[in-house]
Amino acid sequence: MRPDQQGEAIFLLPDEKLAELLSAIKERGYQLIAPILRDAALCFSEIDGASELPQGLRDAQSPGSYRIKQTASPERFAHASGPTSLKRFLYPPRLKLWQTQRKANAMVFEEPADPPPRYAFIGPRPCDLQAVAIQDRVFLRSAHPDNDYRRRRENALFVAVNCLHPSESCFCSSMNSGPSAKSGFDILLTEQIESEELYYLVQTGTDEGLEILNTLKLKPAADSKKRKAATELKQATKKIERKLDPTGIGPALKERLDSPAWDELENRCLACGNCTLACPTCFCSTVEDHTDLAGEIATRDRVWDSCFQQSFSYVAGGPVRSTIKGRYRQWLTHKLSSWSDQFGTLGCVGCGRCITWCPVGIDLVAEANAICTERQSQNPTKTTIGVSP
Amino acid sequence: MPFARPTKPKLAVWKFASCDGCQLSLLDCEDELLAVCEHITIANFPEASRARVDGPYDLSLVEGSITTPHDAERIHRIRRASKYLVSIGACATGGGIQALRNFQDVQEFVSVVYARPEYIQTLAKSTPIADHVYVDFELRGCPISKPQLLELVNSFLNKRPPNLPNRNVCAECKLRGNTCVMVAEGKPCLGPVTQGGCDAICPSFRRGCYGCFGPGEAPNIAALSARMSEHLGVDTSDLVRVYRTYNSAADPFRKESERHES
Repeated sequence: MRPDQQGEAIFLLPDEKLAELLSAIKERGYQLIAPILRDAALCFSEIDGASELPQGLRDAQSPGSYRIKQTASPERFAHASGPTSLKRFLYPPRLKLWQTQRKANAMVFEEPADPPPRYAFIGPRPCDLQAVAIQDRVFLRSAHPDNDYRRRRENALFVAVNCLHPSESCFCSSMNSGPSAKSGFDILLTEQIESEELYYLVQTGTDEGLEILNTLKLKPAADSKKRKAATELKQATKKIERKLDPTGIGPALKERLDSPAWDELENRCLACGNCTLACPTCFCSTVEDHTDLAGEIATRDRVWDSCFQQSFSYVAGGPVRSTIKGRYRQWLTHKLSSWSDQFGTLGCVGCGRCITWCPVGIDLVAEANAICTERQSQNPTKTTIGVSP
Repeated sequence: MPFARPTKPKLAVWKFASCDGCQLSLLDCEDELLAVCEHITIANFPEASRARVDGPYDLSLVEGSITTPHDAERIHRIRRASKYLVSIGACATGGGIQALRNFQDVQEFVSVVYARPEYIQTLAKSTPIADHVYVDFELRGCPISKPQLLELVNSFLNKRPPNLPNRNVCAECKLRGNTCVMVAEGKPCLGPVTQGGCDAICPSFRRGCYGCFGPGEAPNIAALSARMSEHLGVDTSDLVRVYRTYNSAADPFRKESERHES
């Protein structure tokens, strides 16, 4: 539901018909992926149908802390983003790239032939959609597009949910990614509750989305219901207190590579890499070459990696970034500054995962703002990006 | 062109102060063991066979820590007889649980425990193999991971670098899709500062990592201790014990435990 698009076709989907929507999607050959309670958190996982979508779960997030609470409410999406993002499905943590086998006087190379999975994502947030758009730029709009990502991406269906319950870690309003979705969805839901009746306002973003919706024969939503949802989305925006200046931050960080504020991170940051692995846009990987015992077959796997690992930047002679503050600076300046030089947007969507899932609660927004309000250092020319202190 | 290795390399397994669990991981490779034996001769492995083939050995797997004057000599003989020497398990790489003696007076223990203490020859400290001889590679863990052991032997046979990356346990949790036990449940966890390789087995069962694979690369342990004491209710005396389990002779864990000793 976009507050500025009152004229657009918006349908009413009662909660009883949500199961029909998901069945219709499943019948088209999609695997349903939705946030369900697993290991004390709401994680994107495969579900069979709408009955598996939890009800009444709320989340409380803050730097380094995430807790789930059960309430009596029937709502299914009254929470913010959980620990997993769509990255896990579109850019899997471990992927076989190719295999080669010794044959007479030759090596024969094969790419995995498995058909790519067809995922239907139920409940990604506007920030998650923006993260996919950012990864599209990285993987698809380059001289060497990522073939596996392309196949997964082309096969995916997005049933997004507008965010009425942002968490304390969220800052999507700063990054212009939420709490309302503007693009990137096939179907968009806004969950509503009115005198104990649960329903969704539904919009479509693609022909496929419309085709699916048409099978359900939904009625248009009344204007009063649209107004209620628009008001609640405005209120959700107001709830987001964490603020970052998306245009000023990039240039400001470049001016402050020598700020003493980085030094303090040397002591606080664990360099564990959780922020990068929880981040929906971070894409660093390494490759591993495996062989069978006989040495007849070799395979190459791609595995997620993190720039926080010292060995990540290892070259002859040692790691390029040997200090923790050097690695933290590399990550933060890439996300919020040099990413736009490279790909034309910032690498951050304001989902807050790096803040919540940092085991010691380091707050990216607070750090970036603190570094940028520091008095500019004496000799800014001394350091260049990418070179370790 | 059939691919054949010129000779079958010789593998030896050696035991020092340890529980034998790590070397038994090799026998535990039930499904893969016959295939391994096709490509490598098990030349010395008393747990498996009394048959011995004389050295030198191409690959020696050394289990256990050095705790006696006799063992401190013996490890040099093994090093001289081995082309590659790999220490396996927390005892061999981090001193093992017996390194708890390093923080106490071992002579006092001997006088209390043994009827004839004069027969006991023991060193004041339990130390990792790498403190005594050059070690080509270390396999961490209490016990070691079977897939890691097979990968080591495989990479050795195929003359390629082993895929035994020094990522931490956090990275392995994230690869598996585990939710962080520290953030979501407030459980103390050594994952951020611990070498991976176990495939994050403990957090996968919703408990904190207790560091049996020893310290990871350049760990910032003090920051983790601060978080555990300020937010997760771990008191200072417990912080001493948290780092003194299976790898207390590994420097980063030893130093951090000593920092919290009153």
